[in-house]
Amino acid sequence: MGYFLLRRTISFIVTLFVVSAVVFAVMNILPGDPALTILGLDATDDALAALREELALNDPVITRYGQWVWGALRGDFGVSHSFRVPVSELVVERLPLTISLAISGMVVTVILALVLGIGAAAHHRKAGDWGVMFLSQLGIAVPAFWLSILLVLLFAVKLRWLPPGGFPGWSEPLGAIRALILPTVALALVQAAVLARVTRSSALEVMRLDYIRTARAMGFSRQRVLWRHVLPNALIPIVTIVGLQFAALVTGTIVIENVFYLPGLGRLIFQSIANRDLPSVQALVMLFAAIVVTANFIVDLLYLAIDPRLKARS
Amino acid sequence: MPKKIWKSAMAIVALAVSGAITPAIASAESSIVIGLQQEPTSLDPTSDATASIDGMLAQNVYESLTTVNQAGEVLPQLAESWTVSDDGLNYTFTLVKGATYHDGTAFDAQDVVFSFDRAMAEDSVNPSKGLFKSIESVSAVDSGTVEIKLSKKDAFFLFNMAQGDASIVASESYETNNATPVGTGPFKYDSWTRGDKLVLAKNANHRNAGSVALDRVEFKFISDAAAASAALLSEEIDAFPGFPAPELLPQFEADPRFNVVVGSTEGEVILAMNNSKPPFNDVRVRRAINHAFDRDEIIDGAMYGQAVPIGSFYPPHGPAYVDLTSTYPHDTEQAKALFEEAGVAGSTMTLRVPPFPYATRSAEIIQAQLAEAGIDAKVENVEWGFWIDEIYKKQNYDMTIIAHTSPNDLGNFARGPKYFYGYDDADYNDLWNRISSEVDPEARNALLQEAQQYLTGQAVHGFLFQLPQLGVYKTGVDGFWPSRAVLFQPLAGVTMN
Repeated sequence: MGYFLLRRTISFIVTLFVVSAVVFAVMNILPGDPALTILGLDATDDALAALREELALNDPVITRYGQWVWGALRGDFGVSHSFRVPVSELVVERLPLTISLAISGMVVTVILALVLGIGAAAHHRKAGDWGVMFLSQLGIAVPAFWLSILLVLLFAVKLRWLPPGGFPGWSEPLGAIRALILPTVALALVQAAVLARVTRSSALEVMRLDYIRTARAMGFSRQRVLWRHVLPNALIPIVTIVGLQFAALVTGTIVIENVFYLPGLGRLIFQSIANRDLPSVQALVMLFAAIVVTANFIVDLLYLAIDPRLKARS
Repeated sequence: MPKKIWKSAMAIVALAVSGAITPAIASAESSIVIGLQQEPTSLDPTSDATASIDGMLAQNVYESLTTVNQAGEVLPQLAESWTVSDDGLNYTFTLVKGATYHDGTAFDAQDVVFSFDRAMAEDSVNPSKGLFKSIESVSAVDSGTVEIKLSKKDAFFLFNMAQGDASIVASESYETNNATPVGTGPFKYDSWTRGDKLVLAKNANHRNAGSVALDRVEFKFISDAAAASAALLSEEIDAFPGFPAPELLPQFEADPRFNVVVGSTEGEVILAMNNSKPPFNDVRVRRAINHAFDRDEIIDGAMYGQAVPIGSFYPPHGPAYVDLTSTYPHDTEQAKALFEEAGVAGSTMTLRVPPFPYATRSAEIIQAQLAEAGIDAKVENVEWGFWIDEIYKKQNYDMTIIAHTSPNDLGNFARGPKYFYGYDDADYNDLWNRISSEVDPEARNALLQEAQQYLTGQAVHGFLFQLPQLGVYKTGVDGFWPSRAVLFQPLAGVTMN
């Protein structure tokens, strides 16, 4: 276990390091000029020169990267070029929303997928199964942004049950929950469609095994067999997909935040790339990478919890 | 177990939904929510060019020496009056009395001197530093009087001094204006949630507070057109003065809850050609392209009919406008003949367009029209950062489509060969010099007309249409300017019923 953790930590650090170098390189190769983006097309040459000096854009790339790494190691991620405030401040402002959205999206995805997937498996080749398979096919085919627009038109514009977008902040818990319902559903439905299919096929495979028949023969109820004996043994592929989906949910917030005009990290990274705001892009991509790597790490830990045989092997 | 979860989930949904049904509590306070497409990253118009900063804050939170009305006429603001010396070089401004900054510090002549010196300084990052280039010196005669000396006559000086870039800021607060703006205006900063909204509150201490109707103004940033439409339809916002999607207007026109107002902006949309590069250095090619496109078709297809065609680089609502749209009538045969004559018939050209709907949609139509005239135009959709670097800075393009939204920008054609037009014409430079130093309005308008005719004669670019200002307002919202000669929109005159 100790060896496992050590190996994971090292690969975590190496991943972040590689990501930071790639982002730095890409942002420098990409055509664009932060000074001109900030000062606009009427800017005079001397004003542009003054701003480039102020933002230290004239230093060689290697120097700037070195300074950035040195700062990052001490927890200083620099000052945003376009917002002119520390990047950490921007991230702290927006993290709660994006994390809330990703987690609520994940929870809804997992609940929907398990209920539908196990239900479909239990009714294999019956109407319920076909229904779930059809709906999930539809869910996979529908792009999240389009689904978002439909949800807004129905629930916000037509029925007026929920706001069409925006986020009042967690200081207004009820308003915050209401604001998150539609984005959560838009995020979760597509992912749930994928996960439900995985759950179904994984459950079907387990249901063919002898011990399930034995359990049923011993008189356990259908429900008990499904949730206590089928599900735990079907979990390995499900957890693998959930891990991948969490990464997709975190990055999926970029699109969803634009459609629902939510002030989260997704919108910030979108704007920062457009503005060629290197310090912000750098910090945000690192953060997204860290979230994804952490999610994978948690998945690995879950494998150990689900299947004790793996623990013995590692 | 799943049943339980389902039940509690339903309870949360029911609880949340019930909030929507509770009727809004009527308040005596007059409050407006204004939708904006462009989200600013700073709140300081003197260090960032983002148009929405001026749109929200200039003449609302910040004030300048002068202001302008909807028609573009200069009016007093922090300067209550001024005199100009006979040679047109010395301006003496008498400042208003009793103006204070929102943080309580007093406004006086030293603030004016400070603001101008800062904008003109060597290390200034003012996005419109060029506005100040005719100024030689700024000095305080006494605490209520400022004298500005110009090095040469400047026809646009008083107009330029009304802009957000010339806001009068205080030495005590200028450094933090990017996040917590402090000015002397009728509204003061309340709060800013980056990426979400900016809230302003009425400044009860303002010298004209009595005539300000709104108590609270909330700007909501919604970049997506479909989301903007949904926010209006669900009445989350009261006004969208710069609505981004002409194709979505009919549903608001048909809805009695809304007023749709189509006005004009200062934005001339042009099919820019790289005049320094063959074959566009040949006037015959530029004229051929002008004959090849059809403005009406472009306006119908790209703007759903909501734009006024232009034949030169001057807004149709301006006092010196001449209609030159029939100089190069749409004539595919003539275009073909001119392309033939110039030896470029059947050649390939690239059209690199920035990611704005007016540009990408126009590009597709122009591509088809050029194809009819035998030219294979390759449309390349590029991202804004790319456009700024490759097209604007490096002149690496054949043709592009862009709106020029600054007022009085005929001077763009006198910016020399390094400007992205690649246009360098001594006669025009001379003409622009005369325009910018002509202080008599009649004489200046005559020269402005000459400039429009000259540029159309040279067919420097394809002049397409004036970018419209599409406003969607809830019924009862009044006082927004349908058209604007500047980037800002004073909210002091806006009312809600």
